[in-house]
Amino acid sequence: MSEGNKNVAQMKPGEVGIIAGFTDEHLSVKLLEMGCLPGAAIRFNFSAPLGDPVCISVLGYELSLRLDEAATISILN
Amino acid sequence: MSTPKRLKIAFVGNPNSGKSSLFNHLTGLNQKIGNFPGVTVEKRAGYSTLKDGLVAEIIDLPGIYSLYPRSIDERIVSEILLDHHAESCPDKIVVVADATNLKRGLLLLTQVIDVGLPTVLALNMMDLVAKAGISYDINALSNQLGVPVVPINARNGTGLEELKKVLSNPLTIPEKKIFHIYDEAQVAVKTLRDHLQLDNDYEAYQILQQPNSLGFLSKEQHQYIDEISKQHGFFPGKFQGAETIQRYTFIQNLLDTVTLRASNDSWKLYSSKLDKILIHKVWGYVIFFTVLFAIFQSIFAWATVPMDFIDGLFASASNYLSGVLPDGPLTRLLTEGIIPGIGGIVIFVPQIAILFACIAVLEESGYMARVVFLMDKIMRKFGLNGKSVVPLMSGVACAIPAIMATRTIDNWKERTITIFVTPLMSCSARLPVFTILIALIVPDQLALGFFNRQGLTLMGLYLLGFAAAMLSALVMKYIIQVKERSYLLMELPAYRWPKWLNVGYTIVEKTKAFVFEAGKVIIAISVVLWVLASYGPGDKIEKARENVLQQSSNLRLTEQGLEDRVAAYKLENSYAGIIGKGIEPIIRPLGFDWKIGIALITSFAAREVFVGTMATIYSVGSTEDQTTIKIRMKEEINPETGGSRFTPAVGFSLLVFYTFAMQCMSTIAVVYRETKGWKWPLIQLAYMTVLAYVSAFVVFQILS
Repeated sequence: MSEGNKNVAQMKPGEVGIIAGFTDEHLSVKLLEMGCLPGAAIRFNFSAPLGDPVCISVLGYELSLRLDEAATISILN
Repeated sequence: MSTPKRLKIAFVGNPNSGKSSLFNHLTGLNQKIGNFPGVTVEKRAGYSTLKDGLVAEIIDLPGIYSLYPRSIDERIVSEILLDHHAESCPDKIVVVADATNLKRGLLLLTQVIDVGLPTVLALNMMDLVAKAGISYDINALSNQLGVPVVPINARNGTGLEELKKVLSNPLTIPEKKIFHIYDEAQVAVKTLRDHLQLDNDYEAYQILQQPNSLGFLSKEQHQYIDEISKQHGFFPGKFQGAETIQRYTFIQNLLDTVTLRASNDSWKLYSSKLDKILIHKVWGYVIFFTVLFAIFQSIFAWATVPMDFIDGLFASASNYLSGVLPDGPLTRLLTEGIIPGIGGIVIFVPQIAILFACIAVLEESGYMARVVFLMDKIMRKFGLNGKSVVPLMSGVACAIPAIMATRTIDNWKERTITIFVTPLMSCSARLPVFTILIALIVPDQLALGFFNRQGLTLMGLYLLGFAAAMLSALVMKYIIQVKERSYLLMELPAYRWPKWLNVGYTIVEKTKAFVFEAGKVIIAISVVLWVLASYGPGDKIEKARENVLQQSSNLRLTEQGLEDRVAAYKLENSYAGIIGKGIEPIIRPLGFDWKIGIALITSFAAREVFVGTMATIYSVGSTEDQTTIKIRMKEEINPETGGSRFTPAVGFSLLVFYTFAMQCMSTIAVVYRETKGWKWPLIQLAYMTVLAYVSAFVVFQILS
């Protein structure tokens, strides 16, 4: 749990980041399969009107995930 | 070689990879929808002629992202691919991959290759790849992967001949394994492989990784796996993350060498522009509710004509047969039990077809994923999932396909709650009951100048059902306690024009499922109910005619009038009539008499039977005309008050009762099947009956 690290839930629309790692082991396996690989570029596209879920671009496609799921992906900034 | 058997080909691929389009293209109408043995997962299979004299059976497996399943639907794929000794093991596998999104597709492909079955990669959506300016060196790709690669466009059929040719030739099992099993796992893998006599290491590794997802393992095998795991420090899922990373590293290197020109995402621009509107804070919801409204409108507006036609068709078939066949119990069973029973199923086909046409268009276009995206947060507050929207919407047409549509929800709790509350959505079978009762008690007048009161009442009942569904879900959210985590992780595919062929197949498939699933139960129950309503203790039924003649000798009835009275007399003295009278004390607080009681009994299996029973019991059985039934019901006198039997209090009480009561045997059957046990259907039946009873009681007591 590296402190001070930013996570995907804190990104703003249009912001781009590089995936650093995951804070939730159980979820990380699924995120990896969906192409959220450490070192991969990730773009925060938009969030749903109620703020949750959010839509990101990764690996060249659009993935939607809940805010608390996004919060488990930490990014380099 | 054993005796030649039919070539079995399985289609595997990511969701949205165009797998089903390819399947539809290759099999045409040669499809059959069944179930995988022992599980409730729908099996789509079909036949395709690969070349002269070579017909292959093609199985379309559920869309998956990896061999590690997330939902029960996905589990079947791992089971089929990993159980090489089983009858169901395919001879060849086609992995369908979206070429615009190749990395993720290749993750699955590399797993399938390692499983060690002859595999072909079908690179789909080559039209979009061209648009995006990507080009791949297909030969290099094929060489490095060790499997044939065929570029296709499943939407218009490009490349399918080539694919058939490749499939009709013998394929070799790729020698090279892509994933290198970690050294620390080798001993455990080898030991298990020897013990189970598996074809390759990766199979053994997969079994060690996820023994609990694989239903084909016996109890002894499970014990053995546990032992080996303990011995070698292995535990399920140990290497899953590392394996994925290793595979993606391979894929990245591979793509670096075979991609001739990198992509640009400009072809997706219109998609993101559309999202600006369709996911908009205000417009997003406005559009969603407009779409919903349009769907309901089309269900009710377009389905009326074919439904009336079907109704008439079955009525005249009954009449015709009862005319030509010799009178007797068998003829009556056929004309009064079985044919109306089948008619009662077929009459819903138009509504179900239209509903699934709409849903298929939304799915195909990519909009449905946005609906899930828009609604997830709201639905989650009620213990549901964004994906619950589709079942709840479908529930307005019929709960049976709706409950089958819950299979896409990965989370057990959210899926169970969705199944539980879906029957509270007012389905189309409630409509005839609602229509006749509303016409009876609500004046056909305008309220506030332009709203039709009857229309408003009807809408109110739909909203009532919806509110009950959501509130029940909320309550269940707090009652059911499970540790399982809920997650979304869903691809938002680029918008595309729906492919009408696929829409057509979806309609056929869902309608078939409804007719056969619900049909079996409805027919069986209609026969039972027919017996209950046609036979009774003693000789009253046989002597019905004489008794009625005696009672009404001074009434000078017409022949038809007499027939109707005889029918009513028979029903009153049948077993159903006796039960109806028996429950009168229980339903009296709701304002119902024994005649309504009989209708409650006969409509227990299918609520729309209410109207027909009312017609028989009020001796207007010979007319199919709703107005006649309505007028007769209006004239019915309550002997205790001397006033009309169907006062607004009774009418609303009945309306509320039918809004909440289960009154649908096929729903119980499908819930039993989907939840694999009697626990949930029985809880659901009890809950809905109590809810209906209490609400009707409150309504009647307040209004009267």
